[in-house]
Amino acid sequence: MTFRTNHSIYIELTMTLTEIQIKKIEQLVSNFQDTPGALLPLMHAIQDDLGYVPEDSYSIISKAYNLSIAEIHGFVTFYHHFRTHPSGKNILQVCRAESCQAMGSEEIELYCKDTLGIDYHETTDDNLITLEPIYCLGNCACSPAVMINDNVIGRVSKKKIDDIIRIAKENL
Amino acid sequence: MTLKIYIPIDSTALSLGAEEVYRAILLESKNRKLEIEIVRNGSRGLFFLEPLVEVETNKGRMAYGPVDISDVPSLFDSEFFLGRPHKLCLGLTDEIEWLKKQERLTYARVGITDPLNIEDYEKYDGFKGLKNAIKLEPQLIVKEVTESGLRGRGGAAFPTGIKWQTVLDAPSEKKYIVCNADEGDSGTYSDRMIMENDPFVLIEGMIIAGLAVGADMGYIYLRSEYPHALAVLNKAINIAKENNYLGNNILGTDHNFELEVTRAAGAYICGEETSLLESLEGKRGMVRYKPPLPAIEGLYGKPTVVNNVISLATIPIIMDKGGSYYADFGVGRSKGTLPIQLAGNLKNTGLIEKAFGITLRELLYDFGGGSATGKSIKAVQVGGPLGAFIPEAQFDTPLDYEKFSEIKAVVGHGGIVAFDTTADMSKLARYSFEFCAIESCGKCTPCRIGSTRGMEVIDKIKSGKDQEKNIKLLKDLGETMVEGSLCAMGGMTPFPVISALNFFPEDFGVEKKETSA
Repeated sequence: MTFRTNHSIYIELTMTLTEIQIKKIEQLVSNFQDTPGALLPLMHAIQDDLGYVPEDSYSIISKAYNLSIAEIHGFVTFYHHFRTHPSGKNILQVCRAESCQAMGSEEIELYCKDTLGIDYHETTDDNLITLEPIYCLGNCACSPAVMINDNVIGRVSKKKIDDIIRIAKENL
Repeated sequence: MTLKIYIPIDSTALSLGAEEVYRAILLESKNRKLEIEIVRNGSRGLFFLEPLVEVETNKGRMAYGPVDISDVPSLFDSEFFLGRPHKLCLGLTDEIEWLKKQERLTYARVGITDPLNIEDYEKYDGFKGLKNAIKLEPQLIVKEVTESGLRGRGGAAFPTGIKWQTVLDAPSEKKYIVCNADEGDSGTYSDRMIMENDPFVLIEGMIIAGLAVGADMGYIYLRSEYPHALAVLNKAINIAKENNYLGNNILGTDHNFELEVTRAAGAYICGEETSLLESLEGKRGMVRYKPPLPAIEGLYGKPTVVNNVISLATIPIIMDKGGSYYADFGVGRSKGTLPIQLAGNLKNTGLIEKAFGITLRELLYDFGGGSATGKSIKAVQVGGPLGAFIPEAQFDTPLDYEKFSEIKAVVGHGGIVAFDTTADMSKLARYSFEFCAIESCGKCTPCRIGSTRGMEVIDKIKSGKDQEKNIKLLKDLGETMVEGSLCAMGGMTPFPVISALNFFPEDFGVEKKETSA
């Protein structure tokens, strides 16, 4: 099992944007200026780059796209994929859907929470892993499944969760 | 002669270590100074045997699986690369019973070819359907699709031909083809398999759809949970462009067609077509009122074909072999084949493309081999989180849209999730409401609020509090949601809940007699 950490530009846990980040957002906003349905690809681009969609980006988008801040906030918060706060260096998503339940995912969920000492939507103190629930990874033939960053792992056992955490630490 | 070995690149195969096996085989062949060509093919869909490694021999492809990296040295020692015996040898791939009993039409190439090799695609009948269609008047394409009897494979089972006819007849300068690739139903992975393992067939289907209704722009709305499919599709679109299948003047004709992939963002509701269109327009995925139908006023208010991946990926074979060829498969009004996905607690899981008419029992036992844990199968859920739970007594129901509807169940997208006797059906029923509460777009009150109230009522029933009253309340709530919701999210969530209560009252701490009403 191998995987890489998530973000190309990793940023510290701070809610104030740096000059570089603002420039980056402005650049992305202008890239999608003429794209129909721009908000969806734009938010993906921002999150791919910065690791999250900072609320401070709303005013930049608002001016460029002639949308209210409320509309942008409404959009971002509607979709589970977008986060408005930085995540840890790795994102561990545990599938909660029926097929995985049939193969004991509940135990895996509890094990992840216990081992990492966090609940869903939280990040470990050392900033190593953010834990998220997910509803189906399309890996239902090999349940239970989890995804670490962009890598799906099938037939997950407690041992495989230990391996994931170990590799995440080694990747540092 | 160069030796040829096939190692799948499908994400389920990868989730079981196919990449590590690939690297181990590559290294071992170098160490042994063997000249081996490794092809990264798609998966055959026999996921219980993945990672499944195949070797080309003069008798056909020989299969070995499931291969772990620790097996690699012994495979080389027994010269598996020449198709020689080994404890993991499964014989010729085409002779494996599981595969041999299938009728692969839409999935004819899946697992055989390298997904991104367009010459491979052409060699195995790829683009034949398009080459036939491009010579035809739009009306004749629609006629062929109508004759095939193809119905929407996403779950709603609406006749594809009628949808296309509506878009064709709608006067407009601009029309769109939208592929719904937001495969969110648990237990389903057939869309993912097409996109990762045979992406050109989807592209070909979308181009034909464009020709049929007069659209020159297509979008694939792909769920964000499928990063591997995203990468494959984007590469495939570029390759198709380079080969003049996409872009302007397709194959030297006057026809143009552009295609883009849009990444969704993790909202289950966006698999509902109107919510999908809102999302594609860059808004919250709130369900729209119907009418107007998307076929008349769809994306940006223009006539739009919204079809599921499998529906579109089935178009090429219909245009290649004819609508009546496809319609010859299946039973009653359920024509053709369905990619059935075995999931959950089963010994042998994977993709089975079969003509409609096969029974659940045949699928669960003949193909599935019973439960993975060895216990009896208590219930199955067919068609995703909105499908009813089906008890053992109904396992002889044939897979057929109408027959399923008679037992208040749905075929949906063809996913079957099996549960053994350890499953607590009241927990699953509660989860159905919880999922609805998490994923509801919030437009309709019964769905938005009913889902949360439903969880509470189930808790009360389980705690034994005013059971009779609360069971009545739960059934009332179910009816309100079914009647009072705009889309299937609220409108179908009661199906799994009420079926669980009716068939397994003991799991709710209720005596059987109290639920019959």
